[in-house]
Amino acid sequence: MATQPGNVERLFGKAMKRREDPRFITGRATFTDDIKLPGMTYAVFVRSPLASARIRGIDVAKARAVPGVRAVFTGKDMADGGVKGIPAGWLLPDIKLTDHRPLAVDRVRHVGDAVAVVVAETPYAARDAADLVEVDYEELPAVADAVKALAPGAPQVHENAPGNRCFHWEIGDKAKAEAALKGAAKVVKVSLVNQRLIANAIEPRACAASYSPATDELTLWVTSQNPHVHRLIMGAFVLGIPEHKFRVIAPDVGGGFGSKIFIYPEEVAVSWLTRKLGAPVKWTAERRESFLTDSHGRDHHSQVEMGFDAHGKVAGLRVKTVANLGAYLTLFAPAVPTYLYGTLLNGVYDFPSIFCEVDGVFTHTTPVDAYRGAGRPEACYLLERTMDIAARTLQLDPAELRRRNYIGKDRFPFQTQVALVYDSGNYAPTLERALKMVGYEHFRTSQAEARAKGRYLGLGISTYIEACGIAPSQVVGSLGAQAGLYESGTVRVHPTGKVTVLTGSHSHGQGHETTFAQLVADELSIPIDDVEIVHGDTGRIPFGMGTYGSRSGAVGGTAIHMSLEKLKAKGRRLAAHLLEAAPEDVEFKNGRFSVKGAPDRGKAWAEVTLAAYLAHSMPAGMEPGLEETSFYDPSNFTFPFGTHIAVVEVDIATGRTELLRYVAVDDVGNVINPTIVDGQLHGGIAQGAAQALWEWATYDDNGQLLTGSLMDYGLPRADQLPKFETDRTVTPSPVNPLGVKGAGEAGTIASTPAVANAVLDALSPFGITHLDIPLTPAKVWQAVQDARGKGKG
Amino acid sequence: MARISLKVNGTQHVHEVEPRMLLVHYLREVLSLTGTHVGCDTSQCGACTVLLDGKAVKACSVLAVQADGSEVKTVEGLAQDGRLHPLQEGFWEEHGLQCGFCTPGMLMAAYGLLQSNPHPDEHAIRAGLEGNLCRCTGYHNIVKAVQHATKTMAEGTSKTAAPARTVGAA
Repeated sequence: MATQPGNVERLFGKAMKRREDPRFITGRATFTDDIKLPGMTYAVFVRSPLASARIRGIDVAKARAVPGVRAVFTGKDMADGGVKGIPAGWLLPDIKLTDHRPLAVDRVRHVGDAVAVVVAETPYAARDAADLVEVDYEELPAVADAVKALAPGAPQVHENAPGNRCFHWEIGDKAKAEAALKGAAKVVKVSLVNQRLIANAIEPRACAASYSPATDELTLWVTSQNPHVHRLIMGAFVLGIPEHKFRVIAPDVGGGFGSKIFIYPEEVAVSWLTRKLGAPVKWTAERRESFLTDSHGRDHHSQVEMGFDAHGKVAGLRVKTVANLGAYLTLFAPAVPTYLYGTLLNGVYDFPSIFCEVDGVFTHTTPVDAYRGAGRPEACYLLERTMDIAARTLQLDPAELRRRNYIGKDRFPFQTQVALVYDSGNYAPTLERALKMVGYEHFRTSQAEARAKGRYLGLGISTYIEACGIAPSQVVGSLGAQAGLYESGTVRVHPTGKVTVLTGSHSHGQGHETTFAQLVADELSIPIDDVEIVHGDTGRIPFGMGTYGSRSGAVGGTAIHMSLEKLKAKGRRLAAHLLEAAPEDVEFKNGRFSVKGAPDRGKAWAEVTLAAYLAHSMPAGMEPGLEETSFYDPSNFTFPFGTHIAVVEVDIATGRTELLRYVAVDDVGNVINPTIVDGQLHGGIAQGAAQALWEWATYDDNGQLLTGSLMDYGLPRADQLPKFETDRTVTPSPVNPLGVKGAGEAGTIASTPAVANAVLDALSPFGITHLDIPLTPAKVWQAVQDARGKGKG
Repeated sequence: MARISLKVNGTQHVHEVEPRMLLVHYLREVLSLTGTHVGCDTSQCGACTVLLDGKAVKACSVLAVQADGSEVKTVEGLAQDGRLHPLQEGFWEEHGLQCGFCTPGMLMAAYGLLQSNPHPDEHAIRAGLEGNLCRCTGYHNIVKAVQHATKTMAEGTSKTAAPARTVGAA
């Protein structure tokens, strides 16, 4: 594993075991809830049981009387204490913003909205006391469904957003798309629901805060994917704590999937409480709180019209989507159903015209924001489900219809109809490889034989595109982002040649401590054990944007790469000085700086690093030390792609679907660590397949979450999933010097339509064209009964 | 308060606890054995799985007083004699974890499974671990990790030394 000078094994591309694993498999990791400080106190939040109500009064007397209780605060206490609302981080034209108070002051707008907080010396005492807080609510009418919320007379969520419309957003050429559909030989029309989901990272959200009067510094440990974003927004906008007196640490974080990007009320409250009480305060969510308060994902209702010419070529696409935003706008919420969705509607197909319009709508439900894929799965599901319906309408094989419409490999960089420019791509080989792996022709024979015996097999194809590392900052700023989307990477070389890397990316399962170390060990030809990767602590790392949107490899990895290049250049100049040679005559190879053509005239890496810190002999003007920081702002996104195929059997007597096989051929550009990339894909596939079959966050008409626990919400289990058969093609990205694209969300994007298409393929003998996901046994069984009632099947 | 006496990872402990205290809270809060995690409040996720008198149990569903007089083994007690347990080795070798939060419970549930069935096939592994949720891996590599461990256990013991240190995040 270790690289020795002169015998250098390239680590880029190597399936290395993860360096972070030992602490996790021995129980020695430090998750936020594991943090215990002297004098720790514990917070429990009192939450609204109603979706919409006015707070008439809050009586905290009984709660305050519980032994061990230190304090009880309400939303009014916090507002009077100067705590402001939590802002949205992405603005759209004419958007209606919300006043999102950490604790509700006079109105609650979703079940789970926090109204008070109890702090006690033990978690049990805090819990007991929270149950004794008496809140007098005046219940008001509620609306949970976004389409109903747009109807005249619907209950209003915010006074400043008439008709509950937060924004109306459009992209593409309306007139061109309408003309294209008018002139099309066939227009496939479909109405699709992309249901609401809950991320459910297995580690519940948690935070702990401590204030030091000696240094006037506040430290917050928090389950965050982006600690600097937390510090900036909480410091600058919500709490008014100067950034240089505020340290945010995201220690080991147990999965995020988007849900740990955002600034949550509990984190604000706990940071405020620790100064107020002069004691460390910790809060850890119960799972039921995760269901009610972690930002949800998806929740789109869409009308789709896809036109085709007489040869089965796509002629135009028009999409109208209603996106449920929930009760408040959280950090990325406005961007997810717009710039991360509408811009992906070109998919992998050569559409001559596209028009998309989106209404973002407030409802009395938990806020909706980025969840693994964030907009891109919604776009991919819409395209791939419609493609399959079109194949049936046009009586074409679904593989053939896709093949006919792919953007050709010679068309890159490709300007889409919806603003993006795809960096590189070659889609057809992923389809052909996946068809071969699954044995497509043979499958159709088996399917026919099985049907004759009353068994219903189905196969579903999905070819997806993903957009990673959203950038550059100037562009996202012009589109409404209130932040830049670059990343930082510092490489600190110590006098002995050992290396500490400080990255603005954050790993919460992605394995950066391994993959980033592979990059560094490779470039510097040093043993990987000589490299330490530090992330997640604003007290140690430079300002960074964190990890979401499959950006760490492409953006964070490149920032580190840039610093390595600068270090090597400085090292070369210093070595040349020490060797009395010209810098251009010195090369760095296999851990050694040497004069070209005279390999024995050289200096080892550690000799040069020591010389940099001794500074006894430096070139004129060179500063001592060996440390570089880079901020990488990409020129474009990267666009991974691939084809996934699911094979299912539907038991029509029960409606139950069994996933028999799952084949995935992905192209994520160059791969740093294939084991880690495959692992990311496996997990993504499981989440997307679960959206197709089981997961569904659903509310009743009063705004009560009906799937509010793991007993009701269908998180996939080991016995429900097959093993995954994966392969890849490699089309490097020209955007960054590593040629990497991103793999974190690809599986989720691809798998939902693949599995849904497979189930609908199995049900095709019943004349069932479409059912909305999740395709639960009850829904499938009912559809089969209805079809049989009409004499089908 | 109730007095309990139990052995955890080979060490005897005696404490006064609230009768309502859950075993998982006793392990985490009183003994500071934070390797055992809490992922839900309805005993669905299995992150808190430990061995109670040799049987895998969800420590969120056992009161500390119910463990009085018992022996408990947690993830911290898995490695023995300076070597990782074959299951720990299997999870490391086969990339059976990503964020690592479900891992301790997954390891202890797999330990319980292998005690009752030392040679489970893929179906039996999946069925045996259906009480433990993982959101990162899609279970693919967890199955491979358990298969790796069964092979190692059939051949002898783990070859991987328990790490003296672990590379760390912040």
